[in-house]
Amino acid sequence: MKASVLVANRGEIAGRVIRSCRLLGLKSVAVYSEADKDLSYVTEADTAIAIGPGPASQSYLKIDTIIKAAQSSGCDAIHPGYGFLSENAEFAQAVMDTGICWIGPRPETIKAMGDKNQARIIAAKAGVPIIPGSERFETGSIKNISNAAQTIGFPLLVKASAGGGGIGMKRVDTLEQLVPIAEATQSMALRTFGDGSIFLEKFIPWARHIEIQVFGFGNGLSVHMYERDCSIQRRFQKIIEESPAPGLDATVQKKMADAAMNLCRVTNYSGAGTVEFILNTEAQTFYFLELNTRIQVEHPVTELVTGLDLVGMQIQHAFGNLETLDQEMISTTGHAIECRLYAENPEKSFLPSPGTLRRFRLPTNSHYVRIDTGYCEGDTIPHYYDPMIAKLIFNGTTREIARQKAIEALKGMEIDGVYTNLNFLIACLEHTDFIAENVHTNFVNLHIKELVNI
Amino acid sequence: MPIIEVKTEITGNVWKVLREAGDKIAEDEPIIILESMKMEIPVSAPESGIIVEILVETDQIVLEGSIVARIDA
Repeated sequence: MKASVLVANRGEIAGRVIRSCRLLGLKSVAVYSEADKDLSYVTEADTAIAIGPGPASQSYLKIDTIIKAAQSSGCDAIHPGYGFLSENAEFAQAVMDTGICWIGPRPETIKAMGDKNQARIIAAKAGVPIIPGSERFETGSIKNISNAAQTIGFPLLVKASAGGGGIGMKRVDTLEQLVPIAEATQSMALRTFGDGSIFLEKFIPWARHIEIQVFGFGNGLSVHMYERDCSIQRRFQKIIEESPAPGLDATVQKKMADAAMNLCRVTNYSGAGTVEFILNTEAQTFYFLELNTRIQVEHPVTELVTGLDLVGMQIQHAFGNLETLDQEMISTTGHAIECRLYAENPEKSFLPSPGTLRRFRLPTNSHYVRIDTGYCEGDTIPHYYDPMIAKLIFNGTTREIARQKAIEALKGMEIDGVYTNLNFLIACLEHTDFIAENVHTNFVNLHIKELVNI
Repeated sequence: MPIIEVKTEITGNVWKVLREAGDKIAEDEPIIILESMKMEIPVSAPESGIIVEILVETDQIVLEGSIVARIDA
């Protein structure tokens, strides 16, 4: 009898895992909320199980419900995708406790890397440079904040501990600004998140976000699949990712890969992961941001340049069927660029735009265009989940060829019913700084007037 | 003084109701925070005044264009 895998996720990543299962001769089980019942991944799976209403807290985040669905359908393994429960150590442990195979890193690794402070300590022990930062300052207690700030140096960021997605984050350039901004952030954070604690982190104005894809075999050995540049972001959300990172100094690239490998070694990493770094483009120094213990949204970029099936590798590794790879076996060819199509309105500060895709005509899949999407024409994009409609991934022998193919394909798309960032993506790809490989995390802010018709 | 309707520009779930009827509110101050597509989006007062009524409650789904509050501006 074929083994089966339950995919504890939705949309494009559920479809992606189902495809790898099919390639490996495994059966797949989809779970879906009421809001997702008409999406294609539900019918693409061999079996589909309803798990509750639209809000994720009542469906995709319900550990008991998902484990029950796996048990009732006789599943052998659970793949968590990204987001939702993918980095929830308690879920990973609960899956393993029922005797079902968990497709992901060990729960203790997930837990250690999920705690920002613990992750920094482990990274520092592994000899990985960490971004200078402070301890937490609770509400009303910012006595030593000036000393902490001077140790870190300006500019810096005041960050709400409970914040996320760029909310509760303020830049501070001088000592005089520090206390008023710190107090305002504490009071805002307390009002908004119920937790007023903040911390300081060095702010790098001219930075690139570069990450190393890793795979650990759980036996102390691991390999990396080179880097992805994810510098083009808005509100700390990635929009365009590419590999190789354009113009990245080979020495820096090697140091980053070595640092990522050290981190895998000290954690005895098992499965797919991504080590994120921030690169100071002026000083060419880099710092560890985090180790994501899941398959990343932008993994197709790496798959296109390496020819590997990362999701397939995750599944085979979890079943104990993956041979340990040597680093020499992994190489990259050409260049890949991923564009994330979001349901949002760039002309209104990227306000989300849930709704029905009345028209949705994509470029056709070919040897240079890969489309990962969970939606078809007529589908409704619910307001309960993230605004990503599709990932459009292009590859070519060179960056310029991939870029031109991307522009041509995006210009041929037709979408109606919701606002999207389609024209914004094209404007980014056509921007002279993008062509000149001058990409950094400030790209969107700096060029916003040229990228958006306001 | 005119009564102003505060409308939401997007569909979402009411995550937090920050103010109540009778509160003084300044222009651009948030009244409620919506949750839509994993983002928190404040719905703010278009003008300063006194909140006459709040028409939504936590965890309620509001549709694009619906009235969430009235202000005596």
